[in-house]
Amino acid sequence: MGWNRKVLRVNLTAGTCTPEPLNMAWANDYLGSRGLASKYLVEEIDPMVDPLSPENKMIMSTGPLTGTMASTGGRYTVVTKGALTNAIACSNSGGYFGAEMKFAGWDMIIFEGKSPKPVYLYLENDKPELRDAAHLWGKTCWQTEETIKASHQDPLIRVSSIGAAGENAVLFACIVNDLHRAAGRSGVGAVMGSKNLKAVAIRGTKGVSGIKDFPAFLAAANAGKKVLADNAVTGQGLPKYGTQVLMNVINEMGALPTRNHRDVQFEEAGKISAEAMHERRPTDGRTHLVTNNACFGCTIACGRISRIDETHFSVKNSPKYWGAHGGLEYEAAWALGAANGVGDLEALQYANLLCNEHGMDPISFGATVGAAMELYDLGILSKEQIGVDAQFGSAEALCKLVEMTAHGEGFGVELGQGSARMCAKYGRPDLSMSVKSQEFPAYDSRGIQGMGLTYATSNRGACHLRSYTVASEVLGIPVKTDPLTTDGKPELVKAFQDATSVFDAAGICIFTSFAWTLADVQPQIQAACEGDWSMEKLNEVGERIWNMERQFNLAAGFTARDDDLPPRLKTEPAKTGPAKGLVNGIDKMKPEYYKIRGWNTEGVPEKATLDRLGL
Amino acid sequence: MRVTVKLYATLSDYLPPGSKNNRVEVEVVECAAVDAVLRPFSLPPKLTHLVLVNGVFIPPEERASTCLNDGDVLAVWPPIAGG
Repeated sequence: MGWNRKVLRVNLTAGTCTPEPLNMAWANDYLGSRGLASKYLVEEIDPMVDPLSPENKMIMSTGPLTGTMASTGGRYTVVTKGALTNAIACSNSGGYFGAEMKFAGWDMIIFEGKSPKPVYLYLENDKPELRDAAHLWGKTCWQTEETIKASHQDPLIRVSSIGAAGENAVLFACIVNDLHRAAGRSGVGAVMGSKNLKAVAIRGTKGVSGIKDFPAFLAAANAGKKVLADNAVTGQGLPKYGTQVLMNVINEMGALPTRNHRDVQFEEAGKISAEAMHERRPTDGRTHLVTNNACFGCTIACGRISRIDETHFSVKNSPKYWGAHGGLEYEAAWALGAANGVGDLEALQYANLLCNEHGMDPISFGATVGAAMELYDLGILSKEQIGVDAQFGSAEALCKLVEMTAHGEGFGVELGQGSARMCAKYGRPDLSMSVKSQEFPAYDSRGIQGMGLTYATSNRGACHLRSYTVASEVLGIPVKTDPLTTDGKPELVKAFQDATSVFDAAGICIFTSFAWTLADVQPQIQAACEGDWSMEKLNEVGERIWNMERQFNLAAGFTARDDDLPPRLKTEPAKTGPAKGLVNGIDKMKPEYYKIRGWNTEGVPEKATLDRLGL
Repeated sequence: MRVTVKLYATLSDYLPPGSKNNRVEVEVVECAAVDAVLRPFSLPPKLTHLVLVNGVFIPPEERASTCLNDGDVLAVWPPIAGG
């Protein structure tokens, strides 16, 4: 049946943990994880709620394929109203935590209210227990995981926790599991911190049972794994070079946002690329990259494990960082590097380590530093205000600012509010490179036009993981399209958005879509889950999820005006590269997109659309 | 005329020994085609996936006829992805 049919409801105000049956009618309409948890959220909270109030809820959820033998079936999501965005948030993480939740016998955990004191949830199979976390409050994510495992004398417990960032309401705080995987975006960690919930620790020993047709599922899962293994991207490219292999590609195409999107090409991109991570350092003769790494059940293994240069100024007096740690991935390397003009790979790794250690989204953090550096460059912020000489390209400033933000010191408090609030405070809201207050990831939409529409219409604010048209526009997956034109992009974005919703709802990694289409996923869902899961139905589920999220955001006060890009991307043409002279064509694409979606000119779904989707 | 050839990811193994920063400058005849410039590198056809000239994608069917100009940058990747 794919699902465990069981939800744990944790009322933090009352200190109660109550099991309840999963709403199977909703599961039939929304599948699981992102879709199903979002359905619970929209039914249970007021869309206008303050994200950091007790009235907001936070749901940790698995999909029907989470914990199974489906490749990459280790994903879980955190669904809430985002602290950074005030929009619906769904942040997705790999590692082993999601599978452990399934092994303990649960599909999702709903957290509501606010604990009067710091607590953590310890969940051993059927036994939930809220425990005092006074001794954990103030600890890093790494210390929290270690302490919980030691206190329960069980190294196999899986932990998701917040660090100082989540405790201190850094608005882009994330939730870290398995040391270096994270539900990273939209400030889900700040919501968790606002509830005085330090960690969730799970030990599950039940495995996954109840797959509807196990022989058929095994055959479908194995067929899917063969497709991944035989594909040059998922079988060879990603395991060897990881996501960071994109650094040189995107730079060459003139779509690498540089110095807060002033430029679209970074002269030091090669120094922070995947290829650079394979080169031996002159200082110690070692490569930065130690090995690749896989999440639960993953047969791709794109993760990076790296070792920082012990002689680097950032860590030479801090031996605790000298071991092998997670990173760098492409998005973090870009946000901490090109976005700030910093070409020092070791400095980026240090900043990334601190983001993992203290629970911060490196994309939003790095991009916010980029905005601060521009304010500094323009003379709007001074060295005295920031506390460091924050010139573009300063690795020293980056390393100092990550420490200040993580610990809530000085100007770090303002950085912790994200670029939209910081830039507004200093009278230049136009310098925040964000949509719905969430910072852009690593693709400049002047050089990859479809990504402009992707960002503008993403339900969780600017994000590449809601519709990764880079696959088509740059990489030719599934077909090559021209990145410099808006033609056909509204259709492309809608197709990517709906399909991605299904991958997320199933509990698998979106990276499988570099080799799989929905037709590869469908047999796995069909064999695992009760009911009819035809291609037609899955397409409808994806569209339903998207429109449900949209409806929530409209009820939360967002309008068509929020489906827009910062003026820089619409009025300042790219200076170099193939997109030289181009701005993003969002104003042309958006009306077409609304029409294709079945929405009116104000971006509101028409009644016929809602009726068709059962919304 | 001279053009710059950049080979990335696993294709960097096909650069001449001692090449740095994934690039090498080569002397080619006037209006040399993309395919002709790449031929001496003996790249496996299946790995010659993403071919850019000055950042612009050249489809496989146009690589035999697309002429390079002096100073052009020809960059090639195997099938890769990220995100």
